[in-house]
Amino acid sequence: MTQPLTHHEAVPVGDSVLSLTGITKRFGAVQALTDVSLEVRPGEVVALVGDNGAGKSTLVKIISGVYQPDGGRIVFDGRPVAVHGPSDAQRLGIATVFQDLALCDNLDVVANLFLGQERATASILNEVEMEQEAWRLLRTLSAKIPSVRIPIASLSGGQRQTVAIARSLVGQPKVVLLDEPTAALGVAQTAEVLNLVERLRETGLGVILVSHNMADVQAVADRIVVLRLGRNAADFAVEEATTEELVAAITGASDNVVAERASRRTKPEDQDHE
Amino acid sequence: MSEATRTAAVAADLADERLIKNEGVGGFLSSQLNRLRSGDLGNLPVVLGLVIICIGFYLQNARFLSSRNLVSITQYAAPIGIIALGIVLILLLGEIDLSVGSVSGMAAAVMAVLMVNNGLSTTVAMLGGALVGLTVGLLYAALYIWIGIPSFVFSLAGLLGFQGVLLFVLGSTGTINLSKDSWLLEFTRFSFVTGWQSYAIVALIVLVYLGTEWRVTVRRTAAGLTPPWWPLVIVKAAAIAVGLGLLTWYVNIDRGFSYLWWLFFGLVVVVDYALRRTRWGRHVYAVGGNEEAARRSGIKVNRVYVSVFVLTSLFAAFGGLLAAGLQTSVSQATGTTDTNLTAIAAAVIGGTSLFGGRGTAWAALMGVLVLQAITSGLNLAGVESEVRFMVTGAVLIIAVGIDSLSRRARSSSGSG
Ligand SMILES: Nc1ncnc2c1ncn2[C@@H]1O[C@H](COP(=O)(O)OP(=O)(O)OP(=O)(O)O)[C@@H](O)[C@H]1O
Ligand SMILES: [Mg+2]
Repeated sequence: MTQPLTHHEAVPVGDSVLSLTGITKRFGAVQALTDVSLEVRPGEVVALVGDNGAGKSTLVKIISGVYQPDGGRIVFDGRPVAVHGPSDAQRLGIATVFQDLALCDNLDVVANLFLGQERATASILNEVEMEQEAWRLLRTLSAKIPSVRIPIASLSGGQRQTVAIARSLVGQPKVVLLDEPTAALGVAQTAEVLNLVERLRETGLGVILVSHNMADVQAVADRIVVLRLGRNAADFAVEEATTEELVAAITGASDNVVAERASRRTKPEDQDHE
Repeated sequence: MSEATRTAAVAADLADERLIKNEGVGGFLSSQLNRLRSGDLGNLPVVLGLVIICIGFYLQNARFLSSRNLVSITQYAAPIGIIALGIVLILLLGEIDLSVGSVSGMAAAVMAVLMVNNGLSTTVAMLGGALVGLTVGLLYAALYIWIGIPSFVFSLAGLLGFQGVLLFVLGSTGTINLSKDSWLLEFTRFSFVTGWQSYAIVALIVLVYLGTEWRVTVRRTAAGLTPPWWPLVIVKAAAIAVGLGLLTWYVNIDRGFSYLWWLFFGLVVVVDYALRRTRWGRHVYAVGGNEEAARRSGIKVNRVYVSVFVLTSLFAAFGGLLAAGLQTSVSQATGTTDTNLTAIAAAVIGGTSLFGGRGTAWAALMGVLVLQAITSGLNLAGVESEVRFMVTGAVLIIAVGIDSLSRRARSSSGSG
């Protein structure tokens, strides 16, 4: 389904399900994004990496309609679109797991899963259908959740994250954005999420995965896009990038702290590694 | 799907081995206990409070629990209760409306002027009063959404401003007596449900409860989920039937429950249903719990605010019209600070959290009963209103204290 790519400039635009060009966003004095481009094709997993504050979450929020970009073009399914709000994104088929999860602590698991897309007949909620579907979604993620009828506040951090991920599967999304989805997860649940990402790819969805975990990124991504200080820094096909190259692109230098630590470990006696 | 679940030994929602089972009597009790321990007190404090208040005043003066007194407590509680119902809605969003009393007074004054001075029919005059509430609600929503003024501030301005409007509308006369032959007076003062009709209402309530549970059982079983535990359902239905039946029999010794009380009761049931079972209600809780999360879920947050501001002001106006009918007149003191604070206190005492997202429509009913019982008990004891204010203040502090403590319990049990 996915042929190996070299650089995304080579991908014909018509092929992509979501394509951003020239996106800029500024918060007061902070220029969070400058002329950022990003492209996802159906059945492709694009990892979005970068240091803290690089602008990854800002980009995710622009795609999901939470923020409005100051400039740039968003093309979805071959049509230029304006995402004025989260409901626009939802209607287009963009589902998002936010870094801060965005759950309602006072509502139970079922209510959170279907928030904004409740199953209802004539505005009367169909609780049974929603609960049944909730169990199905949670089981596909091997979720360890004692009850779907307890307030989300009484779940552990990882359980909450699982619920947030399950939420993105409600409805029929075409593109799924995952902003650090495995940050709080256990070993088994992380593996399930990575499996899920692969399953999403198999069903032909576009996936954008934000993560700081290079091992996870290299395990599931087809392409790795690096942001640095709000700009596109690099774009690798996953098999052509070594971890060192990635780290260099992320930090913007080959003599960076990460490389320094790595070299210190391999040759502890060599202090001066110019 | 149904084949797979039917062959599975356990229902889908019981498959997790760490699930706290609440089957059987012991399971039910322990799950209730766990809920309390995690700080979810529900309406337990207010029910306990009401029982203590009743016993206390009864020991002081046996007339407190007389049939006649219960009838008048419920009758006079109803208009304020309807105003408190609006307060519950706005508190669920984590906002406040300090001006409900003034709005109720202003609506009543407009109705009185239309009815008495302009000779319009009661129904048209009441619609005029309701229109006042609608306008105020829309105005508040505009101030909140477009300008971003905190609800505390503009409703404080409304509290003062609309009291001024009340004085202005009433004009030099100061008091307007409603026409004696208006059906509003007949309805609010002299209409009671007795005899077989009253028992029919009780039977209807029990049947609706059983019918709902039956429907839920059928649908959940078909979906492979655990149905409600029927012994408990039966016990609850029996408790409702016997409790409500005996109460009805007791108040029937006097005049029976007033139309006004049943109207209030019906509104509570409707609002409760809307909050728990409709999309709109789900969105109200979501916005109150985490507005940003609600917005990111694609909920039209502003529409929720508009609907709730409008409903709160409409309930305030409607309560004011009914109160005017009950008092037979509208005066310069109608809907002053007393009404304001009683309605707000009732919602909070009933268990609605001031922090948003927690509470039910029943809080209005329970809270207003507590406050009306205190008023009535102190009246019987021949105590003046200064003591009533002090007692009401103390009860309010206790209620908010319980809310804050249970909030702390929730966060320390990891469910905050
Ligand atoms: N709402 C906001 N208001 C002001 N500045 C913001 C806002 N959101 C983000 N920023 C700024 O934009 C920049 C990018 O932030 P962003 O959250 O996108 O980083 P990130 O790449 O997701 O980082 P992390 O890896 O820590 O999650 C930061 O400098 C941040 O301070
Ligand atoms: Mg981020």
